[in-house]
Amino acid sequence: MSYSKPTFKEKYGNFINGKFVDPVGGAYFENNSPIDNTLIAKYARSQKEDVDNAVAAANAAQEAWGNTSAAHRAALLNKVADIIEANLEEFALVETCDNGKAIRETLNADIPLSIDHWRYFAAVIRAEEGSATELDANTLSMNIKEPLGIVAQIIPWNFPLLMLSWKLPPALAAGNCVILKPAEQTPSTATLLMEKIAEVFPPGVVNIIHGFGPEAGKPLASHSGVNKVAFTGETTTGQLIMQYASKNLNPVTMELGGKSPNIFFNSVMDEDDAFLDKAIEGAVLFAFNQGEVCTCPSRILVQEDIYDKFMERVVARTKAINQTNPYDVNCMMGAQASNDQYEKILSYIKIGKDEGAKVLAGGEACKLDGEFANGYYIQPTILEGHNKMRVFQEEIFGPVVAVTKFKDEAEALEIANDTLYGLGAGVWTRDAHQLYQIPRAIKAGRVWVNCYHAYPAHAPFGGYKKSGFGRETHLMMMNHYRQTKNMLISYDKNKLGFF
Amino acid sequence: MNFERVAITKEAAKIVNELKAKHGELIFHQSGGCCDGSAPMIFEKEDMYLDESDILLGALEGVNYYMNQDQFEYWKHTHLTVDITEGRGSSFSLEIPLGIRFIIHSRIFTEEENTALNK
Repeated sequence: MSYSKPTFKEKYGNFINGKFVDPVGGAYFENNSPIDNTLIAKYARSQKEDVDNAVAAANAAQEAWGNTSAAHRAALLNKVADIIEANLEEFALVETCDNGKAIRETLNADIPLSIDHWRYFAAVIRAEEGSATELDANTLSMNIKEPLGIVAQIIPWNFPLLMLSWKLPPALAAGNCVILKPAEQTPSTATLLMEKIAEVFPPGVVNIIHGFGPEAGKPLASHSGVNKVAFTGETTTGQLIMQYASKNLNPVTMELGGKSPNIFFNSVMDEDDAFLDKAIEGAVLFAFNQGEVCTCPSRILVQEDIYDKFMERVVARTKAINQTNPYDVNCMMGAQASNDQYEKILSYIKIGKDEGAKVLAGGEACKLDGEFANGYYIQPTILEGHNKMRVFQEEIFGPVVAVTKFKDEAEALEIANDTLYGLGAGVWTRDAHQLYQIPRAIKAGRVWVNCYHAYPAHAPFGGYKKSGFGRETHLMMMNHYRQTKNMLISYDKNKLGFF
Repeated sequence: MNFERVAITKEAAKIVNELKAKHGELIFHQSGGCCDGSAPMIFEKEDMYLDESDILLGALEGVNYYMNQDQFEYWKHTHLTVDITEGRGSSFSLEIPLGIRFIIHSRIFTEEENTALNK
């Protein structure tokens, strides 16, 4: 079964104060689909004035919104989930068109996970409570969570609706008003969502600003009317956003890069069974979402005594990946999100070859015929080498995995931790001791044990080291969007006696 | 003989000069990983706080090119050429509104270059 490119309006403005508005400067930019490099639509090219308007709208709405009951906010979050669910196929199709990823991923991963994150945070605020402590017989310390106020969120293009759904629900559930800027490569599902939920929240509670980083992102991240900035992206922009936030003494949360190790101990090959089959798929998950995942398992580490046999099967499975029309449900890997990504990935494959890495699979662009000839397709690529090579150290953000072997647990850990990043890692073993001890010794915020690439709400996600800080997809994120009001209450009728 | 760590193509140099004319003094900073990362980014000189953890690799069209020292450890044996390509990035790099992006072509240093620059 195959879908085809969805239809769009000619242009879309920003969503500010509950309605779509033209950008103040009147300028729009063209957004193309990476599937075939054809135009999707034009989107607002915002400037500082647009950001000012969104902040003003959020500011006007904040007090009333912050004082709504948890029951009310939860009901609205659930309503959003229901609306996305009722239009799941439409969201999936628009996402595939805008980002380039295969339709089977948007139908089965991006959109269903997005829906669940809205429901999760709706549930969280109904179940959690503040706290009170009796410090002595006459003194009570009471902690009440209050919203920060106005939150700015800047999200990337690799999972457009899902990243929005990681960020918006906890901020709204906490009682904040939000100005969210989607990546300019993928503005479409955020826009579609605003069309569908325009009436759900009071005007000003949710605002979407489109545009470019230096023109719209920077004024948003540095705006003195904003109380918090949440960012997912790369390290240099992360550093800049923290600098801007420091001027306003604003808290920030950052989800940055990764170079995640995926470690296979020899016991995975003790049996040729369902678990081994799962482990081989686990290694090939580097190609999931065309490798455009912060936690892409982009370094495969295999114990040396099973290396040849194991990699033979990984290579065969990788070569079986079906690259075709991303709108076809049989497509397993779609287009890279943009031309510059495509160019960058090819340049990394070249440097891998130059550094002496051996190409075990792929190693080239993937040429599709007909209407897809202008899209950005790359073959899933396996490079064999050593951990000091640049392809082992830098996040390529493409379907390129670097593979090497290790002798024992100590060497596996040494290689796994020899990276600037600490976002994700995978550990595969049948050994009960390794199942616990190896993940504990890896310096990363999420270690998948005998699985990979699962992102359920209710399990906290975030980085160690240069991968950032903050924990999303979990109740913990609520406290990154709130402050604590401590009321210290005395029930003692007697004075201190000092004055 | 003079050895260099960074170079720039004619097409990219033209864009750098256009940006200089528009924004004044600039710097390049080589970003790390994730979505729009592993790319050279160009900012107004005062925009980014630099200190001794940022290694100066050279200057291109009078624009200093920096990289964080942690990253430099892994990159120091490679020669970088800044080029320009069509594309969109969601970083704050100043060329992005023009519908183009700076990218890096890398090659491994020759033995001679490596000796001169890294030993």
